Amino acid sequence: MRLTAASKLLVIILTLLVWASWPAARGDSFDDAGVLLAGKYPEIEQGVALLAASGDPAAASALQALSAGQLLIGPDKALYIESDDGTLVTARDGAKIEGERPAGLKPVKVNNRIRRAIEAAMGQLTLLSSDPAQRARAASSLFDNPDPAQLAMVDGALRQESDPAIKLLLEQARAAILLATPETTDDDKLAAIEVLAARGDQKAKVLLSNAAATGSTSVADAANAALAKIERSLALWSAAQSVYYGVSLGSVLLLAAIGLAITFGVMGVINMAHGEMVMLGAYTTFVVQEVIRTSAPGLFDYSLLIATPLAFLVSGLFGVAIERSIIRFLYGRPLETLLATFGLSLVLQQGVRSIFGPTNREVGNPSWMSGSVDVGGLALTYNRLWIILFSIAVFVLLIVLLRKTMLGLQMRAVTQNRRMAASMGIRTDWVDSMTFGLGSGVAGIAGVALSQIDNVSPNLGQSYVIDSFMVVVFGGVGNLWGTLVGAVSLGIANKLLEPVAGAVLGKIAVLVLLVLFIQRRPRGLFPVKGRAVET
Amino acid sequence: MKRSLRKALLGGIALGFAGMAAGQAMAAEDTIKVGILHSLSGTMAISETTLKDVMLMLIDEQNKKGGLLGKKLEAVVVDPASDWPLFAEKAKQLLEVDKVAATFGCWTSVSRKSVLPVFEQDNGILFYPVQYEGEESSRNVFYTGAAPNQQAIPAVDYLMNEEGVERWVLEGTDYVYPRTTNKILEAYLKAKGVKAEDIMINYTPFGFSDWQTEVAAIKTFGSAGKKTAVVSTINGDANVPFYKELGNQGIKATDIPVVAFSVGEEELAGLDTKPLVGHLAAWNYFMSSEAPENAEFIKKWQAFIKNDKRVTNDPMEAHYIGFNMWVKAVEAAGTTDTDAVIDALVGVAVPNLSGGYSAMLPNHHITKPVLIGEIQADGQFNTVWETSGLVPGDEWSDYLEGSKDLISDWRAPLSCGNFNAKTGKCMGTVTQ
Repeated sequence: MRLTAASKLLVIILTLLVWASWPAARGDSFDDAGVLLAGKYPEIEQGVALLAASGDPAAASALQALSAGQLLIGPDKALYIESDDGTLVTARDGAKIEGERPAGLKPVKVNNRIRRAIEAAMGQLTLLSSDPAQRARAASSLFDNPDPAQLAMVDGALRQESDPAIKLLLEQARAAILLATPETTDDDKLAAIEVLAARGDQKAKVLLSNAAATGSTSVADAANAALAKIERSLALWSAAQSVYYGVSLGSVLLLAAIGLAITFGVMGVINMAHGEMVMLGAYTTFVVQEVIRTSAPGLFDYSLLIATPLAFLVSGLFGVAIERSIIRFLYGRPLETLLATFGLSLVLQQGVRSIFGPTNREVGNPSWMSGSVDVGGLALTYNRLWIILFSIAVFVLLIVLLRKTMLGLQMRAVTQNRRMAASMGIRTDWVDSMTFGLGSGVAGIAGVALSQIDNVSPNLGQSYVIDSFMVVVFGGVGNLWGTLVGAVSLGIANKLLEPVAGAVLGKIAVLVLLVLFIQRRPRGLFPVKGRAVET
Repeated sequence: MKRSLRKALLGGIALGFAGMAAGQAMAAEDTIKVGILHSLSGTMAISETTLKDVMLMLIDEQNKKGGLLGKKLEAVVVDPASDWPLFAEKAKQLLEVDKVAATFGCWTSVSRKSVLPVFEQDNGILFYPVQYEGEESSRNVFYTGAAPNQQAIPAVDYLMNEEGVERWVLEGTDYVYPRTTNKILEAYLKAKGVKAEDIMINYTPFGFSDWQTEVAAIKTFGSAGKKTAVVSTINGDANVPFYKELGNQGIKATDIPVVAFSVGEEELAGLDTKPLVGHLAAWNYFMSSEAPENAEFIKKWQAFIKNDKRVTNDPMEAHYIGFNMWVKAVEAAGTTDTDAVIDALVGVAVPNLSGGYSAMLPNHHITKPVLIGEIQADGQFNTVWETSGLVPGDEWSDYLEGSKDLISDWRAPLSCGNFNAKTGKCMGTVTQ
């Protein structure tokens, strides 16, 4: 086909027009958005919609910055993005602003509604991005907000996607969209139900219940069958989750109680100041973090590693000092020991209050302790996971210490028969001091762990001393394995009762059960056999 | 010689005591004592310590202006240590031993309920600066904090209308304020058509730190397909592990927003607020307010406390308003006598820190604007909604059976805190 001169001219003019208007069209959407983003919240929402519809890749970064509160607008309605390190770029084309910043820059206001709109928009804008993490987020966002208009886009993305995990997310998003579209055929719906049944989580359950309510009989039957299966599996996972919570509570109780098991077990000394040893460990962590914050901020993630041996030393030394100065003179007089250590706990609390102030101190979580990981249907939070591992490590170390070292041997000998041990040449009073120091040191390490999940205040010890005694009495005095079993079972019992009875009643129920148990077995789960501990 | 020496010594000691007593008596007549009854230790210290400090600043400022009625003001600070019976003891001490002209104090409703009989028996004046559950009106108490219609109800309205919330979790600490507020909110939600299975209510003790189960329950309740929100009346330092657990379990404000009534700038100061961005609080004042009075107040506060990172919050503004109202009333009455000041306080209007005025109503509540704010990464609040005008405090909830017919008016001739408008009788006892 030969083009006439006129049509050639038309083509040229049209091309010129498109070429001329293309950057202006790009610029227009940012200009218009800028005017809207300077207004009130409803106008800002319109501005977000405008940027999302523009299809411009720069719009995606602008919207992301807006969600994070890093999109700035000047008095001339020009948009800028500020990155975390403070560098400023123009939103339109990413050009860096060197030198002086334009005057009067203010962050564009954002609220939850706008953030939700941005999330949905990002799903559409970044589905074909080169970054797999962005694609995964986009696919999840499309699953959360199924929009029938996006079906074609999701199909297109599925054809191109190579990563199997993201492909699965896209298939689930496709299934969600199909179920949300009234015109879908029954066969397609049944296929979608299968995909969602395989996903099997709470969100899938919601979509399936909607499908059961609105679909034809065959669809409703399939959806209900899938729902029953999901509910069974969710119930199992929820029970497993409660067990996990119980184990994590048990690990906290174990850490707090194991030092007490040693001192109470070996020496029969009721140490009411045990909670304060925990508190001192937590404050040591605070001091270590303060020092790191001011002199070596890069080491923050290692602060707990540094704090642990220090907390052991601080609390251990306090323990030895307490034993040498007070406890030593009160052996064989449990009531006086109780009173003296209670008074000591008050003195320690007030001392810490006078030095550090009565308000809570901030102890930060290192980055590897924040967030959670999903294993099957379980959500495992990292801080609790690390504490469980940490308490197991401490427990194993203590067992090794007791079984394989000379100090452990001497401690066990003194526990079983003090007079005989003394006759064998063991310095019982030195062993007593070391035992007390060890028990207090372990309490200090517990304080390091507790500082991550509880408030660090002078009253920290008070919340744990009663629980520690509970665990030691339940598990059997003087027996480390008893303490482990006691702590974990008390933790699980508490956490299984909590969803049913609430936090307050759950705790009361556990205490009542414990009192009943002690009536039956006064010496606890695993009492130490042999002659009773005498001084 | 010895005898006269002994006599001289005894005489000298006697003179010394007399001099001291006289000096003290003279000093006592020269100052007006103001009691400050806030917990400086224990679980509530995180919230109340800053209120003690702001009172010291206000008293100091007033003394710089020449004091009150020609005398200097003297602050009497006591620490009831988050121990509710100790609050009553300390209040008695302030009124009977120190003979304070007015007391500024209390945070938790249980502390206020503990000191209420003391203030009524000894006829003192208490300025209570914190949001509370209503259902109480005492002649001796001036409530400068929000009543439920100035905080809780507007917050629920915002969530229902602006965020489209359909399922509600009411999460509170186990004592009178959350229990009563949740009673009111449950009645309000049901009156608005929310079904009982869309409301979940849960209580935890003070200082609770193991939030795993509770937060997981919120997550499960919120994944039923309808938009869910948490209305939090958690008080004290239990808030810190609560927000941390929310962040750790991945609950974002865009999915399940949490609106808190007892979390302000001060409670956020000890937290990393980046995971909390978007969660809400309902107050009558935010430190981010752009009024010029606010900028001046913040400057004076940070200079007084010698720390430019210290924040201001709503209960501090309530003390600012309450203290200025008390000063104005004492000047109008010409005396610090309790009854005269109580009568002079009704009708007093002073500027607040959001650019408007606050007036003392006959029911001993004040007019306040209502602000809903979202937490920012720097621990400040960004106002996302506010009432167009001032809301007068109403302590007798219109949504509870026993209270909707009651009004409170302490002016003569009514002089009643719970007058039943239907039967035309004064109910007598102050609290429900």
